[in-house]
Amino acid sequence: MIAFTVRRILASIPVLFFSTLLVFLIVASSVDPLSPLRARNPPIPQKTIQAEARRLGLDHPLMQRYWDWLTGLVLHGNWGTSVSPSYDIGQRLVSSFFVTFRLVVLSILLSLILAVAVGVLTAVRQYSRMDYAATAVGFLFLSLPTFVFAILLKSWAIQFNQAVRPNGPPLIATLFEQSPNPPSDFLGKIGDDVGHLILPTIVLSLISYASWSRFQRSSMLEVLNSDYIRLARAKGLSRTKVLYRHALRNALIPMATQVALDTAGLLGGAVITETIFEWHGAGYMFIQAIGNFDLYPLLAWLVVASSLVIVFNLLADLLYAVLDPRIRLA
Amino acid sequence: MPDKNLASAPDIAGVPLGPLNPATQAVGIDREFTVKVRTQRQIVAGRFLKHRAAVVSSVVFLLVVVFAFIGPLLWHQQYSIMTNDIEVAPSGTHPFGTDSNGYDLLADVMHGSARTLEIAVSVAIVSTVIGTVYGAIAGYYRGWVDTLMMRFADLILTIPALVMAIIVSDKFSANIASAWYFLAFILAALFWPICARIVRAQVLSLREKEFVEAARALGGKDGRIIFRHIVPNCAGSVIVVLTLTVANTVLVETALSFLGFGVRLPDTSLGTLVSSGQTAIQDGFPWLFYFPALFIILIVLSINFIGDGLRDAFDPQQTRVRA
Repeated sequence: MIAFTVRRILASIPVLFFSTLLVFLIVASSVDPLSPLRARNPPIPQKTIQAEARRLGLDHPLMQRYWDWLTGLVLHGNWGTSVSPSYDIGQRLVSSFFVTFRLVVLSILLSLILAVAVGVLTAVRQYSRMDYAATAVGFLFLSLPTFVFAILLKSWAIQFNQAVRPNGPPLIATLFEQSPNPPSDFLGKIGDDVGHLILPTIVLSLISYASWSRFQRSSMLEVLNSDYIRLARAKGLSRTKVLYRHALRNALIPMATQVALDTAGLLGGAVITETIFEWHGAGYMFIQAIGNFDLYPLLAWLVVASSLVIVFNLLADLLYAVLDPRIRLA
Repeated sequence: MPDKNLASAPDIAGVPLGPLNPATQAVGIDREFTVKVRTQRQIVAGRFLKHRAAVVSSVVFLLVVVFAFIGPLLWHQQYSIMTNDIEVAPSGTHPFGTDSNGYDLLADVMHGSARTLEIAVSVAIVSTVIGTVYGAIAGYYRGWVDTLMMRFADLILTIPALVMAIIVSDKFSANIASAWYFLAFILAALFWPICARIVRAQVLSLREKEFVEAARALGGKDGRIIFRHIVPNCAGSVIVVLTLTVANTVLVETALSFLGFGVRLPDTSLGTLVSSGQTAIQDGFPWLFYFPALFIILIVLSINFIGDGLRDAFDPQQTRVRA
């Protein structure tokens, strides 16, 4: 198992390297940090633009810029220079991704619990009325764009707030990740955070819930139709025991890897969700950097995002090997 | 190809086809079992027609297509021309109401649906064609060609599609204001590896089949074997991937347009319409949000059901275990 783990980790290092190369080439050739300066009216002197280009390291050929950026990042932990002098990319990355991280983890937990419960129930009662209802709901959520769902929830919450407490503070928070003046005591702060998390968490979790509940249902069905389940029943084990001890545990294996594979992909959904609820997380950092043509924060964002994809792919591989020993031999 | 074998089975067996009546000939009756000889295509179509949700969805989808592309020819308002009716609720003169500039929402939604569908279908076709050719070549040659090609495809999949599309679309739209085909090109460039993976996996097993060996023994060149013998046998999964890519593209394109990085003014897609109607519910003009949102859901939902029906039709084996 250790050899397998080491081999997999070593194999993902070149992937990481080439992914930074690809990201750099695409982003650096699409985003020009000097374009706001060039577009300024009245035009600013050529010398100022050249000085800015030198400050941002744009005065070299593309491949050399990549090498400088990569060595700076790997050897010195330097994420590059932002267009605004006071912007510390490393610090900003940590604080922004932390805000998003809370949201993503909570929504994964919520959708996982829902998806496993519904998936197992619908598999056990296949072709029942509940099964059809759950399938219909699943298809609806699969086809519901994140932003439509977010706007619906937000609008309903605003109307609910106005109906319940027209003049007081809103009952369900619809904007930001915390109140402008959050309570200073510990419990009050937790309550404030939770209040702001409710709507975005529901939005983000129901997006992955749709595909995960379908996935859990089919993997549960596959296990339930297998020979060893029939054997377990035949040798006299109770139905509940077979379901939980034998069927569910095996049906969770493909689910675990699927969750690991989908986790990094939730970042895209988080960008949309955060924009609608006006959170100041990773999504805001990204949209702001796009607006400012801020090349290096964008690169940093994408490197973190694609590294997360690679790490979670690796995790899915390892998880599968740990949970299903047959894989290691292959 | 299995369908050819089935269709010509009575000939090979030497069973006469009965009186030279064109009707009986077309049906082709097997004497012993009196079972109609059906081509592969008929079998698949038959299975698809039994999937009720898929059939209803096909009708809905066709209606949306007619609404989007024929509708503007019949409806007297145009999406780009303001009327004097400002923020009018849905009524006889404006079935979907109007917005704060006096634009007729029905005309807007027609144009937006057409744009969204055009992008989605072209992305699906381009990415599926590229992905199929790429995956077929990788799977057929195996070895280092396969490793190299699929590593590259995996690399593209590590990049978050929505985010990368935002970055790249910014550059293109700065030059050409309403070039939706650039957006389609970007999305196709990000989506093809998904299809390539699926086709490759299937080609890996198909290349070991006897009919490939036979084609090679008859002196078939690699190109002919790949594109005339192997790829047609992947048709089922390719069609399913194609439909699901349409659904996925609608979701990504409308999200991009919603955020302001996809289709941009003066052009309209369903995403930009939802974006301009995002506070409409609490402002008292709910129709500005509900109509475009409804059409996105209608398109994606119907395509998802069609994809589900096609999957069951092409691979009934899968349905028995994984419904």
